[in-house]
Amino acid sequence: MARNVTPARKATMTAIAWIIGLAIFFPILWTILTSFKTEAEAIASPPSFVLFDWTLENFSIVQERSDYFRHFLNSVIISVGSTVLGLIIAIPAAWSMAFVPTKRTKHVLMWMLSTKMLPPVGVLVPIYLIFRDAGLLDTQAGLVIVLTLINLPIIIWMLYTYFKEIPVEILEAARMDGATLRSEILYVLTPMAVPGIASTLLLNIILAWNEAFWTLNLTAAKAAPLTAFIAAYSSPEGLFYAKLSAASTLAIAPILVMGWFSQRQLVRGLTFGAVK
Amino acid sequence: MPTQHSRVKARLMISPAVLLLLGWMLIPLGLTVYFSLLRYNLLMPGMEQWTGLTNYRYFLTDPAFFDALRNTLVLVVGVLAITVIGGVLLALLLDQPIWGQGIVRVLVIAPFFIMPTVSALVWKNMFMNPVSGLFAHAAKGLGLEPFDFLAHAPLFSIILMVSWQWLPFATLILLTALQSLDSEQLEASEMDGANYVNRFFFIVLPHLARAITVVILIQTIFLLSIFAEILVTTTGGPGTATTNLTFLIYAQSLLHFDVGGGAAGGIIAIILANIVAIFLMRMIGKNLDA
Amino acid sequence: MKIKLSALMGAAAATCLLASAAAAETLTIATVNNGDMIRMQGLTDDFTANNPGIELEWVTLEENILRQRVTTDIATKGGQYDIMTIGTYEVPIWGKQGWLVGLNDLPESYDIDDLLPAIRGGLTVDGELYAAPFYGESSMVMYRTDLMEKAGLEMPEAPTWDFIAQAARAMTDKDNEVYGVCLRGKAGWGENAAFITATSNSFGARWFDENWNPQFDSKAWSDTLNFYLDLMAAAGPPGASSNGFNENLALFQTGKCGMWIDATVAASFVTNPNDSTVHDKVGFALAPDNGLGKRSNWLWAWSLAIPAGSEKIESAKKFIAWATSKDYLALVASKEGWANVPPGTRTSLYENPEYAKVPFAKMTLDSINSADPTNPAVDPVPYVGVQFVAIPEFQGIATAVGQQFSAALAGTVTAEEALANAQSLTVREMTKAGYIN
Repeated sequence: MARNVTPARKATMTAIAWIIGLAIFFPILWTILTSFKTEAEAIASPPSFVLFDWTLENFSIVQERSDYFRHFLNSVIISVGSTVLGLIIAIPAAWSMAFVPTKRTKHVLMWMLSTKMLPPVGVLVPIYLIFRDAGLLDTQAGLVIVLTLINLPIIIWMLYTYFKEIPVEILEAARMDGATLRSEILYVLTPMAVPGIASTLLLNIILAWNEAFWTLNLTAAKAAPLTAFIAAYSSPEGLFYAKLSAASTLAIAPILVMGWFSQRQLVRGLTFGAVK
Repeated sequence: MPTQHSRVKARLMISPAVLLLLGWMLIPLGLTVYFSLLRYNLLMPGMEQWTGLTNYRYFLTDPAFFDALRNTLVLVVGVLAITVIGGVLLALLLDQPIWGQGIVRVLVIAPFFIMPTVSALVWKNMFMNPVSGLFAHAAKGLGLEPFDFLAHAPLFSIILMVSWQWLPFATLILLTALQSLDSEQLEASEMDGANYVNRFFFIVLPHLARAITVVILIQTIFLLSIFAEILVTTTGGPGTATTNLTFLIYAQSLLHFDVGGGAAGGIIAIILANIVAIFLMRMIGKNLDA
Repeated sequence: MKIKLSALMGAAAATCLLASAAAAETLTIATVNNGDMIRMQGLTDDFTANNPGIELEWVTLEENILRQRVTTDIATKGGQYDIMTIGTYEVPIWGKQGWLVGLNDLPESYDIDDLLPAIRGGLTVDGELYAAPFYGESSMVMYRTDLMEKAGLEMPEAPTWDFIAQAARAMTDKDNEVYGVCLRGKAGWGENAAFITATSNSFGARWFDENWNPQFDSKAWSDTLNFYLDLMAAAGPPGASSNGFNENLALFQTGKCGMWIDATVAASFVTNPNDSTVHDKVGFALAPDNGLGKRSNWLWAWSLAIPAGSEKIESAKKFIAWATSKDYLALVASKEGWANVPPGTRTSLYENPEYAKVPFAKMTLDSINSADPTNPAVDPVPYVGVQFVAIPEFQGIATAVGQQFSAALAGTVTAEEALANAQSLTVREMTKAGYIN
């Protein structure tokens, strides 16, 4: 909406927007700043903003105590793996709901969403027993499966809303030209839905990265992602604000950076059919 | 028009997803129903016995249960109100021509990327702590008595933390919706002499209705199972002031290690969630021709 | 598509299997993120150098998450951990279930008889030691000698609660953010419920009578809770209802508490010049009493145990023998000084003249020795445990009871309401569990 505004108005709006933006971002900034302080400075009163002795000590302590890289790698494998697997299952499902809808489509969709409402803690013991018997405890594969299932409804729903916006005529034209269903989906539908798929992918990586119940309860050492890494710093004996901040910074940095770089893609598709 | 042939294919293509979710739902659900009828404490193996509906009776008559229902409702509605209203305002602001729009947008969406556990730890320790938190420092700086957030306004504090995390999500969806608003329509109304408030209520808000519905739907799904924030900050207290349904089931399952009781709670939560789902579906049905 | 999918999952599963088969003897150790454990992780080279076939994999978790993880795992026989760090609450229950490997056959050099009797007793079921203590603790009073002097008082070696109440009020200077006493208020069975339960022992209260009837409706409990609430209102820090061990430690280390009654292990933190601004002004005294014959100190030992059914029992025993040995204590002493040695497990440590120079050594030993888990209350009780009741239901009940105490401290309910709620919820749970009808 390019409207003509006076510079004064633009300046006011800019000031307000920046103040609010910085206020919202402030807790994260503060965490990052604290991670460079010593423990004593981290709880000092009054707190110092930037005029303190910057130190990398906390990061080296955290790295020495817990293998950051392994947790990071597990987080990447689990979140990307579950998202990709989810997309592979969801794309055909969303296709069929968007282009061959039946009376029940809407109900199926709502039912799928409602499976997300089931409180995970209520089914922990059954799942733990199943995982134990299947040898899936503390494996990346196990977590990929669980997180795929957890996020599948959201993936299907997001894709469904994008697919709905694609004119059926284009797919029909492709079919007229003799395209098989497989190539229709792979070569016609998917390229057209790339923005939507990209956005779904990003959103689900974020959700999977931050999932803290299953990732914590189904892992021990080998497959533990960053959520478990954080659990080692949450309330140890002694002063811990600075170390906690360093661990937090390390845990959120990758997803924050990814989110910022891809925010255009994320935003473009993040409509859930809300925009016509 | 879909042919008979394509219908069959469509069934085939949707079936993996449906079967997987059905399995994901039914197998744990079946086991949970079974466990909920047993006296089954994880710490006392070999003592499992059939108890019929005892677990349900205890869960439903637990005084904490009604507190939990109320808290769940307050939490969901509170967060929804803050994020939707705040989101609309923020979206309107970010839609204005401003300098550095991209950077402001990056700042605003950042909380959405933060792990709930991390966000709760940071808020609790570094902001809301009444002795060494930043809010306490600020209050002392202004000569005020520091406010003990988690003791005296526990549920509000949790709502605040959760809203901080979900505000970006609401803002983003609403902003995208806002940007799709036909500017000619706005300009026309401007010509007609409609003021800003009128334009907002008669053109902008109706346009955002769908987006708001979507925000409510998605957030409700996640907000019903808020857990990490409560565990890290208040562990459901003081008293039962911040115990929501999910946390109550957690307490049954992993503090009492009462699998039977936890399972019964889980089943009750699933039933309630489905009632909410039906309600939401009605709402969506009106607003979203899915 | 389906073929691809199953192939993918198959491949993933196969990779995992291969990975676990390749590493010969990797011990997965679940542990709590306390300072002494973290220090041990840094010193394990000493172990692995002498035991080349064994590799160590650490899972360090915050206490509550650790407990939730290891309990789920051992109860379902999940087999995720080869060594678990557990406390004196779990050992009697798990030992009785046959979930743990007995440790009576540790090598002679381990000198099992050197373990402090109170601690050893808490980890033994029917004569079999089921967990080796890594560090033991009781609770005691830590106080600021400078503030005590300023208040014109002198701390006796064995103070009464009346003295503590008087001193706390005298030391409080809210304008300068000095609070007379810091006590646990954060809800949790290992947090405020532990502290208040231990305190209640000295007021003549008990959790259950001989027939497992909950006793929160007794006068002794009402006295305990009212005393605690009055003291905290007059001399406690703001936000006390969210303060646990860590929060209070931070307060004490930054000079904001006059007295702090908590775990004896805290002594090495508050006297550590690197972390504590008051390290040279701390005195110690026994936990207070009311002259009824029981003091208000507890007994706890973080201990290492091996789940029954583990395939790596021999290696695990080797590690446990190393981590809880006399040699390990000497190793820590040589690297970090005697003050940082894990305390409270071995008689020989307290007989060591070097260790006797540590300011809190004697008080820690006296505190541990004055705790009696088998006979914790003034009146007879049917349970074992000083600040806990060693029955499986206790964690859940005491967490809920702790919530009530915490609410009373926050001022949302009165002491009477909190006790009435505690009584009714405990009766409910005990009825459900079948202890009472």
